[in-house]
Amino acid sequence: MYGLVHRALQCFSQDTYGDVVWNKVVAEAGVQVHEYEAMLFYPDHHLDDVLLALSNHLDKTPAQVSEDVGAYLVTHQRMEAVRRLLRFGGTTFEEFVLSLDELHDRVKLALPELDLPELEVEAHSGSSFSVLVKSERHRFGAVLLGMLRAMADDFGTLVMLDLGMSTLGSDDVERATIELFETDFATGRGFGLVAEERSR
Amino acid sequence: MKDDAAPSAPTTAVPFDPGALGALMPMHLHVSPTGHILSVGPTLSKLRPDEILVGQRFLEVFEVKRPMHIHQFGDLLNHGSCLIRTKFRTGHRLGLKGLFVPLAAQHPLLPDRRQSGAARPVLLPNPHTVADTQPAFSGALINLSLGVNVVEAVQRYSLSSADFAPADPTVDMLYLIEAKSVALEESKRLNARLEGARVEAETQAYTDTLTGLQNRRSMDTLLHQLERSGEPFGLMHLDLDYFKQVNDTFGHGAGDYVLKRVSTVLQDETRASDLVARVGGDEFVLVFRGCVNLAVLEGIALRIITRLEEPIAYNGHQCRISASIGTTLSSFYQIPAADRMLHDADQALYKSKDRGRARHTVFDPEQRDARN
Repeated sequence: MYGLVHRALQCFSQDTYGDVVWNKVVAEAGVQVHEYEAMLFYPDHHLDDVLLALSNHLDKTPAQVSEDVGAYLVTHQRMEAVRRLLRFGGTTFEEFVLSLDELHDRVKLALPELDLPELEVEAHSGSSFSVLVKSERHRFGAVLLGMLRAMADDFGTLVMLDLGMSTLGSDDVERATIELFETDFATGRGFGLVAEERSR
Repeated sequence: MKDDAAPSAPTTAVPFDPGALGALMPMHLHVSPTGHILSVGPTLSKLRPDEILVGQRFLEVFEVKRPMHIHQFGDLLNHGSCLIRTKFRTGHRLGLKGLFVPLAAQHPLLPDRRQSGAARPVLLPNPHTVADTQPAFSGALINLSLGVNVVEAVQRYSLSSADFAPADPTVDMLYLIEAKSVALEESKRLNARLEGARVEAETQAYTDTLTGLQNRRSMDTLLHQLERSGEPFGLMHLDLDYFKQVNDTFGHGAGDYVLKRVSTVLQDETRASDLVARVGGDEFVLVFRGCVNLAVLEGIALRIITRLEEPIAYNGHQCRISASIGTTLSSFYQIPAADRMLHDADQALYKSKDRGRARHTVFDPEQRDARN
């Protein structure tokens, strides 16, 4: 898979816990890479190995760490590009959630080789949604949950989120459920269609 | 074509209220037959936040670049439906482009003529009606777009995705521009890192790590280059004398120290354009580009020997070495071949050793000719 994903995990680990932890984790995981390059390709198992080693080191479950990674992608200054690209999905949190089934195609437009899982959004009512993660790899759901939580903050929306399993055809897939409580619970962060630094 | 010319079904005019028009075309202008602006799309009016466009004359607000020679609004109407390129006359002179469509008062317009093979979607007055009466217009509709100025305009006027019609791919285009520039930045970063690593690897590949002098690979590259170019050069082969004793007596640390000192001397006594390479443990090759003057090279060789014989202090010890040198010149050969010249310089060097070391010998081409 694209090193972009590996690098996200690396940046999360380094920015949150420091270089020392990261170096221990890669040694523990037995991968021969200390610095992942976003535009190169690395084996998928690196992700599992590093995530497991990091979780063990932090005494957390891989799902907890994955959720933290999701939140980090949206909130950390270094990952501002991710937040901005996600905000293109809509002007409200609700619109953003409804745009998630476009995310796979959107990402493909920019990086054809980054194969993110397809998402399917179901609206149960005006304030209740669920997102199915169409992937055999049961890890992305937790990342998605962390991203949704952080994006809700970003829009200033109060939500309740949960992650469970669901069946899609004959497959077991992850399902994130979203309950919207207050859309203008707090002041969200701003978003302009063109990033600030592009003007300079 | 004939089929298109004869409209089989009556054209149905579609009436729009201004709200619907604004939602469908947020950057439209509805202009009266006299050229006065009747209504403005919500996004277009954001581009002139301090001005009320409704009521002004279209041509007083906008300068029309295409079509050319438009002096009054009637010119545009007579032009019929066309592509329009325009700029605001005052303030920030943002360029816009779009489609101008005259609205017929009585005669419906023919719809999109693209099926007839035309390149641009253009509405034409019904030819049957034009033929018998003068066309009468109830005004015109102009649908504008920001075109390639979109990034600048979005910034300057703080436009959001709500300012673009949902069917308009502009917001997706902005997303793509941003996503691609993020990917490009990452690629640039990677390229810079790889380039740094490449330069380092290349330098290492051509450098002797202990002394910082060039290595045998570097010497081979230069000699083959000189072979091809035919540029004259002098070639010196230098071997240290008594270096083994220094190593054996004072240890490898002393040996390394002496080698560094030797490299300093060799670099001092040569020009920047000359090559000094360490090609073996205590063996060096010097290439003097453009120099086949024996007197000059002799002088350099003797100076090098004299300086290398100065004792080198290391950890309280005095390390004493010297050097034997053999020299040959490209001008000795009809076709100078690198291998041959290296061999001959080596022969001369061994003659220096035989003659008691600490000497310089020039290869004698006659000896070779005699031997052959």
